[in-house]
Amino acid sequence: MISLDNLLPVILILPLLAAILIRIIGESHPNLRESVTIITAIIVFSLLLKLAGAVMSGMQPTFVIAEPFPGIPIQLTLEPLGMIFSLVAGFLWLVTSIYAVGYMRGHHEKNQTRFFMFFAIAISVTLGVAFSGNLFTLFVFYEMLTLSTYPLVTHAGSDAARRAGRVYLGILISTSILFLLLATIWTWHLAGTLTFVHGGILSGTASNYVLSIILLLFFFGVGKAALMPFHRWLPAAMVAPTPVSALLHAVAVVKAGVFSLIKISVYIFGSETLINLPGREILLIVAAASILLASLIAMKQDNLKKRLAYSTISQLGYITLGALLATNAGIIGSSLHIVMHAFAKITLFFAAGAILVAAHKTEVSQLDGLGRRMPFTFTFFTIGSLSIIGLPPFGGMWSKWYLALGTLEAGELVLLATLMISSLLNIAYLLPVPLNGFIRRSSDPEQGIKEAPVNCLLAMTITSIACLILFFYPDPWYHLATMITF
Amino acid sequence: MISDNLPALQVVLPLLSAPLCLLLRKPVLVWLYCLVICVISLAISLELLHQVLATGTISYEMGNWAPPWGIEYRVDEVNVFVLLIVSIIGSVVMLYSGKSIEHELPPHKQTLFYAAYMLCFAGLLGIVLTGDAFNVFVFLEISSLSAYTLISLGQDRRALTAAFQYLIMGTLGATFILIGIGLMYMMTGTLNMMDLAERLPAVMSTRTIHAAFAFLTVGICLKLALFPLHLWLPNSYTYAPSAASAFLAATATKVAIYVLLRFVLTIFGVNFAFEIMPLGEILMVMAIPAILVGSTVAIYQNNIKRMLAYSSVAQIGYMILGISFASVTGVTSGILHLFNHALMKGGLFLALGGIVYTMGAVRIEHFKGLGQTMPWTMAAIVIGGLSLIGVPLTVGFISKWYLVLAALEQGAWPIAVIVLIGSLLAVVYIWRLVEAAYFNQPEGEVVVREAPIQLLIPTWLLIGASIYFGINTDLTIGVAMQAAELLLSADR
Repeated sequence: MISLDNLLPVILILPLLAAILIRIIGESHPNLRESVTIITAIIVFSLLLKLAGAVMSGMQPTFVIAEPFPGIPIQLTLEPLGMIFSLVAGFLWLVTSIYAVGYMRGHHEKNQTRFFMFFAIAISVTLGVAFSGNLFTLFVFYEMLTLSTYPLVTHAGSDAARRAGRVYLGILISTSILFLLLATIWTWHLAGTLTFVHGGILSGTASNYVLSIILLLFFFGVGKAALMPFHRWLPAAMVAPTPVSALLHAVAVVKAGVFSLIKISVYIFGSETLINLPGREILLIVAAASILLASLIAMKQDNLKKRLAYSTISQLGYITLGALLATNAGIIGSSLHIVMHAFAKITLFFAAGAILVAAHKTEVSQLDGLGRRMPFTFTFFTIGSLSIIGLPPFGGMWSKWYLALGTLEAGELVLLATLMISSLLNIAYLLPVPLNGFIRRSSDPEQGIKEAPVNCLLAMTITSIACLILFFYPDPWYHLATMITF
Repeated sequence: MISDNLPALQVVLPLLSAPLCLLLRKPVLVWLYCLVICVISLAISLELLHQVLATGTISYEMGNWAPPWGIEYRVDEVNVFVLLIVSIIGSVVMLYSGKSIEHELPPHKQTLFYAAYMLCFAGLLGIVLTGDAFNVFVFLEISSLSAYTLISLGQDRRALTAAFQYLIMGTLGATFILIGIGLMYMMTGTLNMMDLAERLPAVMSTRTIHAAFAFLTVGICLKLALFPLHLWLPNSYTYAPSAASAFLAATATKVAIYVLLRFVLTIFGVNFAFEIMPLGEILMVMAIPAILVGSTVAIYQNNIKRMLAYSSVAQIGYMILGISFASVTGVTSGILHLFNHALMKGGLFLALGGIVYTMGAVRIEHFKGLGQTMPWTMAAIVIGGLSLIGVPLTVGFISKWYLVLAALEQGAWPIAVIVLIGSLLAVVYIWRLVEAAYFNQPEGEVVVREAPIQLLIPTWLLIGASIYFGINTDLTIGVAMQAAELLLSADR
C-alpha cells in the first residue's frame, strides 16, 4: 500500500500518464481515449477522498520532489485549504470529462486528442497548485498552469483564438513575472523562508509600508484571481471550447488564483500582520470595485459566455475580499465560496455549452423561447443562477452568509453593502436568461424538444444536485475551512 | 602520470589535433577524429572538476618551470566550471557538426572547418586554464583568429563581411588587452596572475595601473560584446555556419566574461575595481541598456538567428549586471547564467540548424506550420525559449532568481524590475515563433520532414540539460557559489 505522503505525487502523475496514453491512442479509438480520461478521473478522485479523511483528522501529508535552490524545495503538502480546492477540482474534472465527450462530439471539434491531452495536463498542474507546500512550489505550478492551458484557450487555431491567446498569456505572464515573482523573491529575501506557516512568515521583517508594497505585488501578481484591472484575460479566454471555460475558467484556473491569495493571506502574512497594513485598505477598495464593476459590465454583455465570465470576475472579488478581511468568518466564507461558486458556475457554463451544441446560439438576445425546447438545460441554468445569487436552498447561500458575517466582524459596513448590492446585480444579469427562455415567444417557427446530448445533461444534473446537497450538507467543507482560520 | 598532466593535455590535445585534421583530409574521418578528441577533453574537464572539488586548487607548472618565471596553469572552482561548459558545448556541437556541416559546406571546406573548430576549442580552453596574463592574450588570439575563419565559412557571402567586421573589432579588443597587460608588466615585472595580484597593491595608485585597468576592461568588454560594443556579434552569429553559431554563441562570449572576472577580481581585487575605480557603476550603466535594447531589437528581427544573436546581447547584459553588484549573490548569478545560458542558447542555435537543414533558411516565414512538420525541433525551440524567458523548471529561471535576489539585497528594486521587464520582452520575441509555427498551415505543397536524428540528438542533449539543471542545481549553484566566494575573498 502506498503511504499517504507518496499518494501526492501519484495523484499528480496519474493525469500525466493519462495524457500520454491519450496521445498514443489518438483519433483512431475515440471511445477508448475518452474512457482513459474518465477512468483516470475516477481513480484520482477516489484517492483524493482517501486523503480527505486523513486531512480532516489533522494530518498533513508531505512530499519533497526536488530542491532547485538550497533551502527552497519543490514540496507538496496537503493542508485543509488545498484539500478543499483539490477535491473540487478533482470531482469537477470527472464531471467535465463526461460533459466534454458529449460536447466535443456534438460540436464536431477538431483535434480532440490534443484537447483531452492538454486537459489532463492542466488538471495535474491544478492539483499541483492545490498541493503546494511553499510559495516557490506554488509559483512553479502557477506558471505551468498558464502555459499548459494556453493550447486549450487557443484550441480553435483561428485568428480570434490567436488574439485571445495573446491577451491571456500577456496578462497572466506579465503579472506573474513582474509582480508575483518579484514579491516571492522579496519575501525570500526578507523572511529567509518560503514555507507556508500558520500565522505567516513576514511579520516584523520590514516596515508596514514595505510589506504593503509586497502585499499589493502579490494580489495584483496573481493575475488568475482576475482582480481589476488585470481581469481582461478571463473574457478573452472565452474563445476556448466550453468544457475549458467551464472547468478551467470557472473552477481550476481562476480558483487557483484566489486559492493562492487565501494561502498568501493566511500563511505568508497572517491576520495579525495583514490587518495593520495600509495596502490592505487599498486592496479592499479594489476588490469591492471589482465586484461591482464586473457585475455592471456583465449586465451589458450579450454573449452568454462573456456575461458568465464577468460574473466570475465579480464572484472572484468576493473571495479576494474575504481573504483580505483577515477575520475568521471572512476566511471561512472565502474558502466555502471556492466550492459553492465552482459548482454553480460550472452548471451555468455547461448550460451555455449545451445551448451552443443543441441550438447553435451564443447571444443572450437569441434565447427567447428556447427554454421550451430545452427545458432541462434552462432549469439547470436557473438552479445555478439561484445558487450564485445566494438564495436557499442552494449552497451559494452559505458562503455569502459567512462573507457577510466577515464584513461585520471587521466592522466594514460599506463592504457589507457592496455584497448586498452585488447580489441584486446578480439577479439582474443572471435571471433574465432563463426567464426569457421560458416566458418569451420565440420568433423561430421550430417547435418540440431538442435537448443537448445526454452526456451534457448528465453532467448538469450532477452539478445541480450538488448545489442542492451543498446547502443541506456543507459540514465537511465547513470543517475543513475552520481548520485554516487564524 | 597522465592524471598529473591533465591541465596541459586539456589544451594540447585539441591544439595538436588541428593540423592532423588537414592530414586526414577525408571529412568523415576528420569529424570522427575530432569528436573523439572533444569527448576526451570533456572527460578531462570532468576529472579536473572532480579533483578540484576534492582537493582544491591545482597548480600546474608548464615544462616544470616554477612560477612566476614559467607559465602556470591554475585550476580552481572558477575556471573548472567554465572549462566544463566549454568542453560540454564543444563535444555536443561537434557531434552535431557531422551532419550539419556535410549539408552546409562544400567538401573542400569541411576539413578546414574542423581544423578551425579545434583551434578555437583549444584557444578557449587555454584562456580559461592559464594562470599567466600574457598567455591569456596568446590563446585569445588563437581562438579569435580561428573564430573569424569559422564565421567566414558561412554559405552566405555576407559571412565574409561579418567575419571582417568581427576581425576589426576583435583585434581592437585584443590590442587593448595587450596594452593593459603590457602596462601591468611595466609596473610589476611579472605576468603570472597570482604574482601580479601580490605586486599590484604597491603600485595601485599610479596612473599607469589605472590606465591598464581601463584598457583591459574596454578590451574585454569588446570581446564579450557588452552593449554598446556588441556590433560585431549579430552579423557573426547570423551568417556563420549553424554549428559555428551554436559553438561561438555558447562559448566565446562566456569565456570573455570569465576573463573579465579573472582580471578584475583576482588580479586587481574587488576593492580596487569596485571602490577605487567605478567599475560597478560603469558595468551597470551598460548592462541595463544591453538588456532592454537587446531584447527590444530582437523583437523586430525577421531572421531568427539574428533574433537569437540580439537576445544574446541582452543575456550578456544579465551576466554583467550580476557581476556589477560585486556581491556573492550577484557574481554567483553571473557565473550561473554563464553556464545556463550556454546550454539554452547552444540548444536553440542547434535547433535552428535543423531548420536550416530542412528549409534552407530561418526567416520567420520559414516557421509557418513547423509545429506540424518538425514537431521535435519546434518543441526544442519552445523549451529553449521558455528558458530564455525564465520560466520555472528551466535553467533560465535559476539564474534570474539569483539576479533578482542580488538586486534586492542591494536595495536596488528598480533594477530587479528591469530584469523582469527583460523577461517580458523575451516572451514577445519567443511567442512570435510559437504563433508562426503553431497557428499557420505549412505553405505551398512543400513536404518538409523532421530534421535528421543526428541533429536532433545533440539539440535535445542541450535542451534536456537546460531542464535538468533547472531542477537539480546541486552542481551548478554549488560550484558557482564557491567560485563567487573565491573570487571575492581576496580582500584587498
